[in-house]
Order: sequence, then structure tokens, then C-alpha cells
Amino acid sequence: MTSISMVVNGRSVGGEVEDRTLLVEFIRENLRLTGTHVGCDTSQCGACVVHVDGKAVKACTTLAAQANGCEVTTIEGIAGDELHPMQQAFKDNHGLQCGFCTPGMIMAATDMVNRLGKDLDEKTIRAELEGNICRCTGYHNIVKSIQDGASKM
Amino acid sequence: MYNTNYHRASSVEDAVSKMGSSDDAKFVSGGQTLIPTMKQRLAAPSDLIDLRHVDSMKGITVDGNQITIGAGVTHAEVHSSKELGAACPSIAALAGHIGDPHVRNMGTIGGSIANNDPAADYPAAMIALNATIITNKREIAADGFFTGMFETALGEDEIITAVSFITPVKAAYSKFPNPASRYAMAGVFVAQTGEGVRVGVTGAGADGVHRHTEMEAALTANWTPEAIANCNVDANELLSDLHGDNNYRANLVKVMAKRAVEMAG
Amino acid sequence: MSEGIGARVLRKEDKRFITGDGKYTDDVTNHGQCYAAFVRSPHAHANIKSIDKSAAEAIVGVEGVFDGHQLTGDGIGNIICGWAVNSKDGSPMNMGAWSALATNTVRYAGDAVAVVIADSPANAKTAAEAVVVDYEVLSSVTDAGKSLEAGVEQIHPEAPNNLIFDWEIGEQAATEEAIAGAAHVTEMKVINNRVSPNPMEPRSAVATFDASEDHYTLYTTSQNPHVARLVLSAFYQVAPEHKLRVIAPDVGGGFGAKIYIYPEEIVCLWASMKTKRSVKWTSDRTEAFLTDAHGRDHITTAKMGFDKNNKIVGFQVDTIANLGAYMSLFSSATPTYLYATLLSGQYNIANVHGNVRAVYTNTTPVDAYRGAGRPEAAFLVERMLTTAAGELGVDPAELRRANFITEFPHQTPVIMAYDSGDFNANMDAAMKASDYAGFEARRSEAASRGKMRGIGISCYIEACGIAPSAAVGSLGAGVGLWESAEVRVNPVGTVEILTGSHSHGQGHETTFAQLINDRFGLPADNVQVVHGDTDKVQFGMGTYGSRSGAVGMSAIVKALDKVEAKAKKIAAHLLEADEGDIVIENGEVKVAGTDKTLGWHEVCLGAYTAHNLPEGMEPGLKEGAFYDPANFTFPAGCYICEVEVDPETGTTDIVQFVASDDFGTIINPMIVEGQVHGGIAQGVGQALLEQAVYDDNGQLLTGSYMDYTMPRADDLPSYTVSHETTVCPGNPLGIKGCGEAGAIGSPPAVINAITDAIGNNDLSMPATPSKVWAAIQATQSKQAAE
Repeated sequence: MTSISMVVNGRSVGGEVEDRTLLVEFIRENLRLTGTHVGCDTSQCGACVVHVDGKAVKACTTLAAQANGCEVTTIEGIAGDELHPMQQAFKDNHGLQCGFCTPGMIMAATDMVNRLGKDLDEKTIRAELEGNICRCTGYHNIVKSIQDGASKM
Repeated sequence: MYNTNYHRASSVEDAVSKMGSSDDAKFVSGGQTLIPTMKQRLAAPSDLIDLRHVDSMKGITVDGNQITIGAGVTHAEVHSSKELGAACPSIAALAGHIGDPHVRNMGTIGGSIANNDPAADYPAAMIALNATIITNKREIAADGFFTGMFETALGEDEIITAVSFITPVKAAYSKFPNPASRYAMAGVFVAQTGEGVRVGVTGAGADGVHRHTEMEAALTANWTPEAIANCNVDANELLSDLHGDNNYRANLVKVMAKRAVEMAG
Repeated sequence: MSEGIGARVLRKEDKRFITGDGKYTDDVTNHGQCYAAFVRSPHAHANIKSIDKSAAEAIVGVEGVFDGHQLTGDGIGNIICGWAVNSKDGSPMNMGAWSALATNTVRYAGDAVAVVIADSPANAKTAAEAVVVDYEVLSSVTDAGKSLEAGVEQIHPEAPNNLIFDWEIGEQAATEEAIAGAAHVTEMKVINNRVSPNPMEPRSAVATFDASEDHYTLYTTSQNPHVARLVLSAFYQVAPEHKLRVIAPDVGGGFGAKIYIYPEEIVCLWASMKTKRSVKWTSDRTEAFLTDAHGRDHITTAKMGFDKNNKIVGFQVDTIANLGAYMSLFSSATPTYLYATLLSGQYNIANVHGNVRAVYTNTTPVDAYRGAGRPEAAFLVERMLTTAAGELGVDPAELRRANFITEFPHQTPVIMAYDSGDFNANMDAAMKASDYAGFEARRSEAASRGKMRGIGISCYIEACGIAPSAAVGSLGAGVGLWESAEVRVNPVGTVEILTGSHSHGQGHETTFAQLINDRFGLPADNVQVVHGDTDKVQFGMGTYGSRSGAVGMSAIVKALDKVEAKAKKIAAHLLEADEGDIVIENGEVKVAGTDKTLGWHEVCLGAYTAHNLPEGMEPGLKEGAFYDPANFTFPAGCYICEVEVDPETGTTDIVQFVASDDFGTIINPMIVEGQVHGGIAQGVGQALLEQAVYDDNGQLLTGSYMDYTMPRADDLPSYTVSHETTVCPGNPLGIKGCGEAGAIGSPPAVINAITDAIGNNDLSMPATPSKVWAAIQATQSKQAAE
């Protein structure tokens, strides 16, 4: 067991976890923040993307212990009183259907804007979505959502 | 995942000491290969020694024509480094195509090189750039470092601390990704270095990353994409799998080499 | 802004998904919950000699280890296929036994042998590894064609030669005669590749047995929770129907894979009773590849005859369908009534004959996957048409036009009676949107860049609105395929719609609310759609086969008719007017031509206070309805795909994809377009990227995203989607259905485009870069030899 503490969505949290505990397990099971999802075992689908110290990472491929002392933001932590512009853009552009990949998509999208700016073309967005898989939307409206959301961030 | 014990190393010496006091420890940097392997229960180290907080393994320095990249530098940092973008854009571009943006935020150059996945990108660059792999014990020329699939010259308690190479005159990397995993099905790094032309091939070889001496000779004589056309790529030495047989990979090696030369200019 | 029929209303359900508040099955956690891990066969085919559970049982945290003999000993029944298909000689299908935990024989790699229930997922997995199973390995077969060969190992004693049924439709002799007399015959062997559905949410189940109430609750990733409850109780005897509540909360995509009742749900329910603990199982992705029903997997040879005017005179089809190791719930219907009944395509063909042999192999069970049989039919027909056009030297679009059905209703030789459509209108729209006429200039321009450009056309038709219960009953279905709805109007005038349809991405909470807005003028926000819980909704058949619009919403309309009639009676009584003069609009109830008006809420309150109701009227305003469709519905369309192939690597880029569909009435165009986008992506995935591959020993090589290529954003283009509407005459809203079209129409369009680009028609799906490159090499060698 290892003792960890971190700031998740602005709140200090901590606990004793098995060393093998994945960050996504800590977030979902210990913190009961179930918006972060697990869709694969091989670090490809991106349903688990969260921000650690401001950078997008796959929470299924990170140990909770690796994130000890870090600031973590999950899908539950990006909106204030209003929806985050990227969340609103996914709604406005029908960028989701079943919703399972959506939190990871939104976290990847905000990271994309943080790195590359607000003016994103279709080709860039598609290339940057390499680590996020959606089975419902065919990506068409996800690309539109990210373009729209980026311009409003 | 089986149980393990996580330790955070504060220095290279601390990491080595922790390794010495463990049964069957592994060093972990970004963990982007090791953690999925552990999740599948295909690896079960008794201890994990995290190198991500070792300050001496961080940073990129460009000193004249000498480039040094700390082993703990992430793919994202290599990709976005302004210094590297100016001094050796080929390696910055290569890093931008490893994994995906999230993986690049965790994965490190040292981890990738130490793992020597036969479809990883960095090893091709290391041998083509005639890089030196610097460990806590010695300096190893890339040619002698990669000894086979997932095999390197590293000893048990040896840690890559940095890699270093001389700025190439011209260089580029062209990769054909596996459609599913996006690892290289064939990746070719071509470089005109002070010590001649070198060509590193990854993804395709049955024994992992390797140089292609015939292409090196052809490009030494004539640094043009057309020079590749008459080179022979021996399909017998290449991999076959459900994504493509060895003949297809042989073709890809030539096409990627040609495109890399075009990109290098 | 209107929120009625035809309005692009933003989705009501989105808020919880974009904020991380969606509630999926794996998000359910119960006090004292345990976790199930399955011991799975590493062999494709083997006899179980013994199972030693002692080491696993000794592991701390393990609550129980159970095997198939215990399961069957407790009277848990075998898993069944719910649709009886007879062979052409009249004999019933040869269904082998399928126990949720194998007892004596395992028949595919991944077959469940035992289950461990433990206090954590990791402990359950570790204990599962400690279960020692001694196998006698048998030879195995994965290829459908080979499974019928003499000397191949028999997979089920009930199915001699691994043949499940040998079925036919249409007139064989007449078709053969027509083809024999044809001026031209096109012959092809067409393989429809095996794919894995891959909803992003892995399957999951949380089962809880309440001993004091003798009652079970199952949270599960289901597209049809009521059917799950019925089958679990009536057939598998896991729990009596009235003591079993099945809840399918937010479900992260289905695509068919979540229709079926799998071994894991059965075992979790049973194990919760055995251990008196809540038991959770969540599939990992590798388990999903191994156990989620796969789709497609047909081998077909076909002949199509044409007369001298290029009219199709006969179409003869012989298909072998791989059903895998066991017969899944709808597995028999998919390659028969959902496939061969569509072999006439959009074309006027007097003679069609289809023969289908369904076979067992040592592979994951195969069942309906988005489109289910209809993509296989469309791929075959549309590859035949384009191939024939090449052989006949005519434009593929013109050959299609020359054979289009133009008058409706149209009875095909393979059961279906098409009720409506305008195939020329769809083709005109697609050709215009894609600038079909200007293609050759684009091909030349691409050639100047070293790229091979090609264009492919596909005209699909499907049968949806599944289905008239008596009709499917006569064809062997074990259930009726109606739908139910209940409309509850609250005293304050807000509305709850309880539906037997299930939304797992389709946006029912929004679309169904639009019906209320359209009818009464209430804001969509005043409507709550309730689904997915057998305690709340009385019964329903669920969502698959593009049926929620044509069937599910028709049931809602029927219930609304009753609500409206009663509300008008109450209003007429209160306003002292004639019932026929009452109109309801914009949330008001009025007497036409007067200023007499009541608020909708006043009428509703009146229904519940019951102070002043018409003589003899019951209080309340709540009505239910069952809707049984009169016919299938027939969505159809024309898809045009344009590709550029890199001849050096064989990589295909889709540079344009145009879809023109006829879905009948559209309630929410935004949602319908989204369905088309997603369907196309899955169809393109099948055409270019996806295939479940087994090695010679029956090991699944594509067991993760490292080897199974999922379509990613950079594999796909943006799509140009439009609609040409002919209203469906068979249901009250005129809806045909839109959920599967994209996956049906796109694969042949893609392959027809690539074969056009590379000048080699010998290309199977998935057209991976290596395969396309090899086809280009073959063409070049052939040209060099000539």
C-alpha cells in the first residue's frame, strides 16, 4: 500500500491505495468520479483521458502513485456555473451519441487547444484525435464540435 | 495487474540503490509500454522504480553541433522543443508521431530506447544519427546498443541517462504506421552525418531495428530519392503478420526511405 | 423555435454525458459488492477432463468458484437461439447445446469454463488464473467453407457435418433457367469479412439477489432489457420474471452486440444467489473481442444474368454463413430473413434464388451487427452490379438506373413487398452532390500527382421497422416484434413517455419528446422519456434493426391519440362545446372559431381532480398502446464514394463521401444525420480496416486495438449527407428508419471506388494498404505480361 495525495478538480484528496492502483481506478472507485471511462486495455481508446498538471494523459496507463502530488482535472472539473465552451460545443454540434467516449474527447479537445491554439483546421483535429476512438459519430460532428469549441475558449 | 511496490527515485544513484535492494524490480519512466504490459499480466515486477522525478535526466541541450537529450524527456517535449526544431527538426518531427498526444505527454526517449520495441521510432533515429547512448555506467554507440528485438546492451542496474549526437547535415524520418497500433510497420530514418550517410530501419526487420548498408552506399554516391530505386531490400529478413507480409514490408522500406530522402532535401 | 417534427432540437440527454454524469452499468456500485472473473478456454476446441478449483478457493477474498456442472445442476437452462429456421427439406435447424459455463466441451477460444467471485477485480482475476483446467485438445476449424468438408472435427453432436441448416428462398429452377438463357452472366465469389462490433462501453453486469424478498436486480448493458428478463426467466430459469428487475441504464453503444443475453449475465445473477452478494462483471476489451457476438462472415458465390438490353433476368446466390461455436439469439435470422430477402436490391428482377447454409465453427458466436444481413446483401448485389457494368462496358450508374424498380408497391421474388421509394431521386441527388459528371477530370488531375483516383456507387435497400409479429411468427421468430408505449400526463400537464424502445446513443429522450411538442405544443423540456427499466416500463422489445422510429414511435403516437381524445372530451365538457371543435395547440386547448380557451394544464388538472368530468369518465390522463407494424419499412439510398489510392503504399484516402437517403419522415434531422455519419464510419471500417482474424489453431489474432483496426478520425472524411423523402405508407408518422443505412450502403461504395481506381476488380474487404498494394502489383504484372 502506498499513501497518496493529490488535488483533483481543485479539491485535496488522498488515501491509501495498493501500489498497482491505476489513476483511473483511484478516480472512479475511490473518488467515485465516474465520468472518466475505460474502453480498452491497450492505451488506445482515450475514454480515460484526464489532465495531470495541465497535460492530457491516459489515466488507464498511469499509476495513481505516479500522480501523487499532482493536480488532476477530470471531466467533472472543467465546468464552472456554466458549461465549459468545449462541453457546450459538443452539445451544439451533436458531437456525441452514446456519450461513453465523450469525456475523453472533451479532455483531449481542451488539451489540443491548450497546445495548438484556438484556430484548428479539420486536418489538424483529425490527426490530433489519434488517441481517442468513437464508434458512434463517425467523427464528423466531433471535428465540428472541437473546431467550434476551440474558437470559443 | 499483479501487486507491485512503487518507489519514486530522487536521483540516478537513488534509483540504482533501490534496484539493488529489490527482488525483481523494473525502472519505469513514462510507463506507456510497461504499464499496459503489467495490466495484461505479461510482466510482474516486484518493484517499480519511477525515474520521472530525476532532475538530472531532464532537459535538452544544443551545444554547437552537439545535441543531448535527457533520457527523461517526453516525446511531447522533444516534439515541441524550439532548440531541436532548429538544430535537428527530423527528430522533433519523429517524436510527434509516436503514440498519440496523451501518450507523448508521458512516454520518454530513454524509456523507448531501453525497451527497444522492434516497431518503435527512436531506435531508427539513434542508429541513423550514430548517437551515443549515455548510461550511469558508460557511453554506448547506438550500433552496439540495440542487440535484437526488445534486447539492448543495458545491464541490470544500468540506466540510460541521456542520448547525444552530432547535428546531422541532412536528416528525415518517414514512417508507415500499422493501421491498428500506429507503431511503425516500416520506418526509415536517413541521415547525412559527419561520418557519412546512415540509414536506420525500424518496424520491418525480423530482428528489430537495423541499418541498411546498401542504401547507405547508394545515398553516399547519390543523395537523391531515385538512388533508392535500385537498392535491394531482402524480404527474407523482414516480418510478416496479418497487416502485411514481408514483400509488402520490403516495398514499404524502400518507399519510406525514398520519402525520407525527399523530406530531408 | 419549433421543437416539433422536423426540428433540429439539441439533445436533452447531452448534459449528463458532457459533464461526466452519465450513469453506465459499471458506474453502479453496491454495498458489499463482489467481482466476477471468468476462467476461459485457451483452446478453440477441447474436452474438459477435469477442473481443480482448490487453489483458487484458497485465495483470500474469494467468495466462491463455480463451474458448469454446478450451474446446470441448479437447473439453469441452456442459451438458445430465438428464431427457428428450417432447412429446405423441412427439417428443423440443428441447434447444439450452449451452457453459460461449459460442462464437457469448449468450442471456441474464450468459451467460459468457470467463474470466480471475489472481493476485488484483481483478486478475482488472480484466482481465475489459479483454477486448473485439464483439457484434451481437439482439432478445430474457423473457416466456414472448411467446416463443411469431410473429415473435419464435429463441433456439436446435434449438427452433423457442422451444418445448422440448408435453407433457400425464391425459385431455383426458374432462376437457373433465366440465367441459362441470359445474354451475359456475371459470376463472382464475394466474401463478407467478419468484424467485431466494438461499442466503446464494454459489456457489464451488476447482479444483486435480495434473499429476504427472493428478488433479483440486474443492471446490464442491454439494448432490450425486457427481452433479457423474459429470456433469463422463461428459458434460462435464472429467476422468475416477476421477481427479476432488469435495468439497462445509460448504455455506451450497442450496434447489435448488446441485444443478446450472454453467459456472463446469467452467471452473475446465479452467482449473486449462490454467494448472497452483489456481483459485478465488466468486460475488458480483450474479453469483448473474444465474447461479444461478431458480425457478418459470409462466403458467397453468385451469378447474375442480363438480357441483351442489360436488364437483369436472374440472380442466383449460394451463401455459407459462419455462425461461430454456438447459435446466438438471432443468429439464424440474420443470414436468412434479414439477408436473402433483400437480394433483389433496388432492382426489378423476375427471378431470384438464394441458398444459405449456416455452419458451426470454433469461433466466437456470430449474430446481428449494425445492418444484420442487409449489409451482406447490399454488398453482394452492389458489387455484382458494378462488376457487371465493367463487363458490359456501361456506366455503373446507368446499369442501375436501367434496372430500378419505379412503381410501388413492388413484390420481389424473395418475400418483400416494397411499399415506397424513389430510387432515381436518390441517385440524381447523389450524382449531383458528388459531381459525378466531372469525375474524369478529377481522375486525371490526381494522376498528375501520382495518385489513382476512383469512384464507386452503391444503391442499397433495407427492410426495417422489424416487424409484423404474425409475419415473423410464421417465419420462425420466437417473439412478436411490436412495441409498447405509455403516455402519462401529470396533473400539472407535464408528460412522461414510457417506452419499450431503448436509447444507447440514438437520442430518444429528445426525439420522442418532439412528438409531444408536435401534438400539444408543450416544450420538449416538459417531457420526460422513461426507458430501460422493467420495473417502470411494462414491456418492450427494445432497440435494434432501426425500429425505434417506425415501431417505437408509432406506439407512442397510438397512445397519444388516446390521450388527445380523452383530453378533448374533458375540454369539450368543461367548455361546453362539441368535442369535434376542440383543438390543442401551443399548450392551449381551444374551441375552434371562438375565444373559448383553457390552458393544457387546466385540462390535465381537471382530469385528476375529477370534480367535473363527463358522465361515466374515469379520472386521470394516462394511456398505453401496443403497436404491431403492418409491414416492414424500406429505407433506401444512393451512396457515392471517391478515393485516391497511393500506388506506392496501397493506402486509400476517401476524398469524398456522398449519401442520399430516403428514410421517410424525419423527426430530428440533426440526429438522423448523426446516425448516417456513424453508420458510414462503421461501413468504411469494414471496407477498409476491420477484420476479426483467427490463426490455424483458432486463436483470435485481433484481440485488442493493437491488431484490430478501429476507424479513427484521420481514417475518415467528412460526409455529405442529404435526404430525398418518400413517406412510408405503413405507419402513422411515415417513418422508415435510419440507424443502419450508413453501414449497409457504404462498404460496396468504397470497394467499387477502389477497384475503379486500381483497375483490378479482385479485391476483398478489408481493403488494407497491403492488400491494395498487392492488387496493384498483380495488375501491373499482368499488364507487363500482355
